[in-house]
Amino acid sequence: MKVMLEAKELCKSFRLSAREQKLQKTDQRIKTAVDHISFQAYEGEIFGLLGPNGAGKTTTLRMLATLIRPDSGDAILDGASVIKDAEQVRAKVGFLTSELKLEEFFTPNYLFGFFSELHQIPAQVQEERRKKLFDIFGISKFAETKVADLSTGMKQKVSLAVSLVHDPSIIIFDEPTNGLDVLTAKIVTDFLLRLKEEKHTVIVSTHIFSLIEKICDRVGIIIDGKIAACGALDAIRDGKSLEDRFFDIYLEKAGDINE
Amino acid sequence: MNKTIFTIMKKELARFFRDRRMVFSTILLPGLMIFVMYTFMGTAFSSQTEEQENYRFRISVADLPQSIEKIAEAQNLELAVVEPSRADEVKKQVKDQEVDLFVLFPQNFDEETAAYQVSSGEEAPNVEIYYNNASMHSQGAYDTMIQLLDNYEGTLTNKFDYNQGEKEYDMATREEEVGSVFSSLLPMLLTIFLFSGCMAVAPESIAGEKERGTIATLLITPAGRGNIAMGKIAALSLIALLSGASSAIGTILSLPKILEVGESGMNAGIYQWADYLLLTVIVLSTVLLLVTLISIISAFAKTVKEAQSYVTPLMFVVLLIGVTAMFGEGAQKEWFYYLIPVYNSVQNMVALFSFEVSGLHIVLACVSNLLYTLLGVYCLTRMFNNEKVMFSK
Repeated sequence: MKVMLEAKELCKSFRLSAREQKLQKTDQRIKTAVDHISFQAYEGEIFGLLGPNGAGKTTTLRMLATLIRPDSGDAILDGASVIKDAEQVRAKVGFLTSELKLEEFFTPNYLFGFFSELHQIPAQVQEERRKKLFDIFGISKFAETKVADLSTGMKQKVSLAVSLVHDPSIIIFDEPTNGLDVLTAKIVTDFLLRLKEEKHTVIVSTHIFSLIEKICDRVGIIIDGKIAACGALDAIRDGKSLEDRFFDIYLEKAGDINE
Repeated sequence: MNKTIFTIMKKELARFFRDRRMVFSTILLPGLMIFVMYTFMGTAFSSQTEEQENYRFRISVADLPQSIEKIAEAQNLELAVVEPSRADEVKKQVKDQEVDLFVLFPQNFDEETAAYQVSSGEEAPNVEIYYNNASMHSQGAYDTMIQLLDNYEGTLTNKFDYNQGEKEYDMATREEEVGSVFSSLLPMLLTIFLFSGCMAVAPESIAGEKERGTIATLLITPAGRGNIAMGKIAALSLIALLSGASSAIGTILSLPKILEVGESGMNAGIYQWADYLLLTVIVLSTVLLLVTLISIISAFAKTVKEAQSYVTPLMFVVLLIGVTAMFGEGAQKEWFYYLIPVYNSVQNMVALFSFEVSGLHIVLACVSNLLYTLLGVYCLTRMFNNEKVMFSK
């Protein structure tokens, strides 16, 4: 199987403000968010990063999407390094997270066109993709409505469509179903499975066990900025439910849950 | 042009021009407000002057000498003669603003002045003029009376005259006169208008996008950061230019009104097309620089509000530089002044409006402004690349 994404010893730390130090009850000025994380994802698979809040999932994904630079280590996405060829990585990756917003003043149609232009997609291809994606997510009806006037779910679907204007080979999705109603969540998870069928590589981060069990082929469990376990879903589960296995691993690595 | 720059520019312009309220408040409103305000002020001034001109002073006089009576008649000044014994009563009327002026002459004023010798060292005959400084009309009457008496005194000992007759003594041409007014006012006003134009759009486009989280969406596309910076600056400059132009047109149209010269020729028609072209070049290079500066400051800020308060000190500096146009004798002659950002534009405008324009100075100013702008674009690009700046919480 072709390796589409390889994270190699990624590290990232942040400086804490005095207030943050107090809140987190620590004297350390530097907080290590991601601590030598390595994993691989293959073509045509959905890879899940599972972990509690604050474990370093989002920071890892942001480094993969070149939004922030690793302190050390590197990641190769479809042959391009996030350190050396950031612009190439951006052309190959679709990144979606709730922190990336669309300008609410514009319509889905305009934004789709604008981001297609930035990715230098030929006009005809733009039109085909627009039609396909708008149909899948049911945006067509709202194509000329300002984003500000759309419902939360519809905004999320428009963001999703816009992040895919360049038909990226790797899709990175931070908390894909957070804040969505059951219907929209279903559309999104179905779409992720469809992307997988079309040989795309999908990386999702989540703390929802059922989502991982439902769509992921392989999973990496992140605890305290480190990969605690990584492998095929069945191998990780080892005959138990994912939830039970996760707490086994958590107790083993981090000790008490209340800590 | 690079396609990405163009795409970004198009988006920024669409964001602005599709928003009718923004177009109205940034482009139409400033010019309209300035025009209405200045015209109103001008009209108020001139109606006040007019009222004063038509006003008949209420002047009471005691012991009015014949000589003065004649002059007053010739000047169409009405004088009400009262008995000297009523002096205290009339003084109270002046105090109560019922009478504008009370003039008390010495009893035999004409004889005394005729007999008086300056060389004798004695006290000269004294005219007492009672007025009320709190009343505008009383002041006017006082000034009129003083002038009348001064003139009369002059005729008593007439040794020489100056500027008699209808000859033209003021050697300034009409053009130079207008030029000197324009060159002291317009550079300052234009600089302020341009700055507020930049201020209206740049923080919104840079800090606003950060605040709303839309800049991150832009930064994960393969669009080069430098291109994003240039596209934004180009579009913002264009909008700021339109906003500045609106204010400038409003001012130029209302200037004749505020300067109370009416139809007598105080208008911008004294300048040639070439002057306007040069002005456009100067203004353009200034706007590029200002937009870049404000954009850089805005990129540090987390919110539009924060950006606006960071820009305030810069606003004061620019304001002060604009005010320098009102002082000093014309534009600076030394070339190095034209390398100082903003000041170079103000000085060039002063030179332009007073018909002393120098090609070298304009080229120096524009080239240096362009270099500063490029330096600024480089800084802004570095900032777009800096996660600590772009994603600071």
